[in-house]
Amino acid sequence: MTPAQGRPASWLPAKARRIRALVRKEFHQMVRDPSTIAMGIILPVILILLFGYGLSLDVKDVKVAVVVENPSPMLSERTSGYRLSPYFNARFMDSLWQAEDLMRRREVDGIVHFASDADRRESGGDTRTHLVVNGTDANRARIILGYDLGVLAMPEQRQASKALPGPGVGQVVVQDRLWFNEANDSHYFLVPGLIVLVMTLIGAFLTSMVMAREWERGTLEALFVTPVRTDEILLGKTIPYFAQGMIGLLLCLLAGKWMFHVPILGSVAVLAVTSMLYLLVALAIGLLISSMTKNQFVASQITLLATFLPAMMLSGFLFDLRSIPAFIRLLTYLLPAKYYVALLQTLFLAGDVWAVIVPNTLVLAVMAIVLLALARLVTRKRLS
Amino acid sequence: MREALLRIIALTRKELLAVLKDPRSRMSLLIPPIIQCLVFGYAATYDLTDVPYVVIDQDRSQASRELLSGLDGSGVFHRIANLERIDQLKACIDQRRAIVAVQIGQDFQRKLEAGQQVGIQVISDGRNSNTAATASGYINTIVATFNATWRTQHGASAPAPEVISRAWFNPNLESRWVMIPSLIGTLTMMQTLMLTAMSIAREREQGTFDQLLVTPFRPAEIMVGKALPCMLIGGIQATLVLMVAQLWFAIPFAGSFITLYVGIILFLLSSVGIGLFISSLTATMQQAMLYSFMVMMPFMLLSGLTTSISSMPESLQYATLVNPLRFAIEITQRVYLEGAGISQLIGDLWPMAIIAAVTLTAASWMFRRRLQ
Repeated sequence: MTPAQGRPASWLPAKARRIRALVRKEFHQMVRDPSTIAMGIILPVILILLFGYGLSLDVKDVKVAVVVENPSPMLSERTSGYRLSPYFNARFMDSLWQAEDLMRRREVDGIVHFASDADRRESGGDTRTHLVVNGTDANRARIILGYDLGVLAMPEQRQASKALPGPGVGQVVVQDRLWFNEANDSHYFLVPGLIVLVMTLIGAFLTSMVMAREWERGTLEALFVTPVRTDEILLGKTIPYFAQGMIGLLLCLLAGKWMFHVPILGSVAVLAVTSMLYLLVALAIGLLISSMTKNQFVASQITLLATFLPAMMLSGFLFDLRSIPAFIRLLTYLLPAKYYVALLQTLFLAGDVWAVIVPNTLVLAVMAIVLLALARLVTRKRLS
Repeated sequence: MREALLRIIALTRKELLAVLKDPRSRMSLLIPPIIQCLVFGYAATYDLTDVPYVVIDQDRSQASRELLSGLDGSGVFHRIANLERIDQLKACIDQRRAIVAVQIGQDFQRKLEAGQQVGIQVISDGRNSNTAATASGYINTIVATFNATWRTQHGASAPAPEVISRAWFNPNLESRWVMIPSLIGTLTMMQTLMLTAMSIAREREQGTFDQLLVTPFRPAEIMVGKALPCMLIGGIQATLVLMVAQLWFAIPFAGSFITLYVGIILFLLSSVGIGLFISSLTATMQQAMLYSFMVMMPFMLLSGLTTSISSMPESLQYATLVNPLRFAIEITQRVYLEGAGISQLIGDLWPMAIIAAVTLTAASWMFRRRLQ
């Protein structure tokens, strides 16, 4: 603890000073090589913009071909909804052949077909309409079918609203309410997903790349012969990327609040704590993978496979986990992203629901402890 | 000419050996596409098969039971509780035990029999608004069936309009049929791009690129020798995914394999072009990897894989035109499901050819410039 070479005496213990030196070295490296900064700052910004303005699951402006082979006033009333509905962009024609050709060329998404006897059948009370949709986008096709049903039923609804209240036939009407997202704004469910992806990328992908490079170049071994100890090296490596992860989180939160107006109903402190826990888990996975592979290419591929893609596809952010076959659902219990998505969605949109927060946070905490301990163990072992 | 060919073959061989010699790197190229295709094939679906729901039935009548049995019998919804009060319902939704709650008011049957409209409340958990919307769509269908039955039983004047629908190319509208063919391009591109970007960056970082330059190889030959092995590996990966789609998921293949492979080859060429271009800009493997990932992310999100392109704002729809993955997904879906032929796919093929031509030219120009 002697103030060496005229440097000011530090009140920090040696351990802390060593860590500080490592962190400083890592920061220098980050600044010198813009690629890690790009990954930590620019990629989140790109993702925010894409998620905010690009992705949407709403189906609108559906192009349909309405084929009326034998026009009549009744049919024109039946199809009037297609002219009026904001969801449809309809082209009227009289030949099915032409419509099928358009569909094959993907110029329309569906065909509504009234055959030459449609008018006669409709007068006889047969109001079945033939629809054809393109199944190559199954999700979209399903939604289009739902819209069609609504549009085709418009004449009846108009009649029903005109008719005098009296003995008719009862009807059940569904009053939909979407809790936590009354306006059905898709940003509400994209922003939590965005945060998971950004944290996973910075935490696991970036860390594993940076560490694997040190292993591959042998510079880590060089560090080990200095007085620096394993846990100090790990801390020195994780602190800068932890900081980057928190910056990424902050960017996402600011964008969520000011650009997309997504509310944060839960407490920000809980959000911060759980995010830190998830970031630690991701960092530990990154460290673990890089220590085990010691090869940049292999490390990057395994990190992608083990963290990023599952965070996107299996975390419950896009696809509902309950509809996944049981043996794959079991896999999702091993995914930290699943717990983090549940926490984020609840903290953002539902508030502090402790029955959700406590178990999910506990799982993340246990994962963080186990994985960090494992990372330390593996790094030390790999030395010998 | 013959010598150039021999040199290219030699370089290709060396590249393939360098990548495939290490068992871990061999595994990391062949196993992930298969695992991903299996896992995502099962998981990546917007269809719901299991929706837990709760009920507050204040009517407890014949009619309300009939309506609910329609839900229970659908095979999708399963009732986890019959509740009394709204605060219980709130707890169930808050704690994510139920996705949907159905609330039926007191005079449900009386109003129905009086020929009135009667509302039921369907509350869904909007934390995942997409799942919620799908679930409530299912409920609407079930209610429509209930209404139709009620009408016929109680002598309606006119039946409700019905729709007889038919879906081309995917009769049961299965998400899986759409998702898995799309994975052929997606999974292949991830690794082809990175592999290409890495291969030159690795030589640079290890200093062997200079050695390569003093050999009789011309820059163009080096480029071809670097591109070819990556395309070969990409082709193998695409074939693996195709085999999983056919042998494991048994999704019927409507088109011709030749057409599909024409598309895949052009797609690989454009991916490799992008990879080479990235590697011409980078000095280290880490940079190559991070930059190719930064390019890959927007490509994946703007490809129509998870959200359809026609739902995007118009300006972004134009941005997807430089995305080879967008065209690859369209081609694989159309050949696989629709059985489209080359002539129908021209519109998807030439953009990829242009992307490949531009990126490959740019990359070779950058390399030559770096040499001087």
